[in-house]
Amino acid sequence: MRSITFLLVAAACAAIVFAVMCWIGNGYVFFAGYVVLQYIVLATAWNILGGYCGYVNFGTAAFFALGAYTTVVLQKLAPLPLPLAMVVGGLVSGVLGLGMGYLTLRLRGAYFSIATLAMAVVAQTLMVNWSLVGGSAGAFIIRPARASLLGITYIQYLCLLMLVLSVLTLALARTIERSRLGYGFAAIRDDELAAEASGVPTLRLKLLATMISGAIMGMAGAPLPFYVTYLDPASAFSLSYAVNTIAMPLIGGTASWPGPMIGAVLIATLQQVATVTISSAVNLLIVGVVLVGFVVAAPNGILGLMQAGRLGRENRLRLSAAQR
Amino acid sequence: MLDLLGNALVSGVLLGGFYAAVTIGVSISFGMLDIVNIAHPAFIILGSYCAYIANAWLGIDPIVAGVVLLPAFYLLGAGIYQVYHLCFERRGEQSLRGLAFFFGLLFITEVVLVLVFGVDYRLVEAWYIGPSLHLGVVELPLRLLVPCVVSLALIALLQLLLSRSFIGRAILAVAQDQLALRLMAADPMRIKRIAFGVSIATASVAGAILIVIQPVEPSLGREYIGRVFAICVLGGLGSFGGTVVAAMALGVVESLTATFYGPSWSPAVAFGFLLIALAVRPAGVFGR
Repeated sequence: MRSITFLLVAAACAAIVFAVMCWIGNGYVFFAGYVVLQYIVLATAWNILGGYCGYVNFGTAAFFALGAYTTVVLQKLAPLPLPLAMVVGGLVSGVLGLGMGYLTLRLRGAYFSIATLAMAVVAQTLMVNWSLVGGSAGAFIIRPARASLLGITYIQYLCLLMLVLSVLTLALARTIERSRLGYGFAAIRDDELAAEASGVPTLRLKLLATMISGAIMGMAGAPLPFYVTYLDPASAFSLSYAVNTIAMPLIGGTASWPGPMIGAVLIATLQQVATVTISSAVNLLIVGVVLVGFVVAAPNGILGLMQAGRLGRENRLRLSAAQR
Repeated sequence: MLDLLGNALVSGVLLGGFYAAVTIGVSISFGMLDIVNIAHPAFIILGSYCAYIANAWLGIDPIVAGVVLLPAFYLLGAGIYQVYHLCFERRGEQSLRGLAFFFGLLFITEVVLVLVFGVDYRLVEAWYIGPSLHLGVVELPLRLLVPCVVSLALIALLQLLLSRSFIGRAILAVAQDQLALRLMAADPMRIKRIAFGVSIATASVAGAILIVIQPVEPSLGREYIGRVFAICVLGGLGSFGGTVVAAMALGVVESLTATFYGPSWSPAVAFGFLLIALAVRPAGVFGR
């Protein structure tokens, strides 16, 4: 299926999802749905660098929170409509991705991951010491009651923006996967030295991956201040964003674009249900237990299980045909 | 001004001694066994809570409790290594899976502690928490001095174990060449299991001295992940002397920053240190 066709099909699915959410009638569906969609975007963005290129990024929170803080700064200095603020947040995080790439992409494996963690802590410390955004005390953002142009409540508007962003992100991930860029990423993941020796411009491609991944995470973070109405560094840069964005693609499958989406929908929905039924501390327990379980039992995630099931069935059919 | 500098330096060195105990476990597991045990800080917090229980319910001195619990933590470490080996090393999986496994363990441990103990800060009572020695203008709080001494003693003991005993030298050998070790009639898997067990056992004592220095709550481990790996990388993987020196350097830099620029800047300094080190000399100061 061509990319444009996929984009139209995905947009149609998203429109159906939004219509169902409006039809359900309970406003809480939009609050929970926003979080699930946010994680779809974050997981897919992480997977571009982590799953396609093989570089595990622990600093998700830095890009995400920087997008959120861009919105706060814009609100205080020059208020922009939210879609524009998302674009600016994406640009800021993209630049951070470029900078992080230059500093850390010469490192391999665990060293890269530790360096991304260090980057996140440095970014958090900078925000803690910046008085314009409120420093450690945080910043309050007033959420308007309705979105003036579309005539829907603001939370429905936030959800709609996130739906649009998810559709665009999934389409982008699919396009990258099937393009020459995606082949380059796969070459880097499988054997970077061989790729470099075969003429793949590894540093340039890795920088591109980091930039795209960071920019999308920043765009996902930009509406956050309006959703939570109170933003402080401790919660914005929380390590739980890192564990969620790593767990979801690993559970769903890192090889292809549906994987992070499946993992995000599964884990985020479980977490939202657990938050209201048991307690919010159980969220991290769920993600930890499911992550460890999948990493031990199903290393290629749900996608891998589906593929193994299909291959197993094909082999059984072939065997039974050969026996006749 | 000079007494401020003196006090900052002294408390930095003492704190650095403590950081060395926290890092020595990762120095063994990451430096010698190449296992990225990102869950080590969670085990340290577990050790802190064990020391807290021993102190609050039985009235035992926390550091004594930490030493007494060494065998229990050793068995825990051996068990975790067995699972890790069966699931990851034998299959030759990518390092991402192993990293994710430990990341998951980190959060499972933290949340279990939250569910059992709640998020309140816990602290211990001991005779050396409170008084301090006075040497001229410089104050040596016993709260920092005793953990530093215990930490250095632990590291000296480990260094002795590694250099004098057969098991210790086998651990050093398994880091260099596993096949050669197998030809010397030692089972690398058994040696690695023992080494990882020792690594987690140090978390017991490190946790005990942590709760002596400061009150502890379950998510405190997150602050130590970066510090531990920063010191490990700076000091050179697998080198105990390097770990101690790097830990003291980090402690001094953090202490000076906190005294002269404000405590809110100290995390950035530590991690900035790490980023520069990774960019300039990834092998570390004492690295091979």
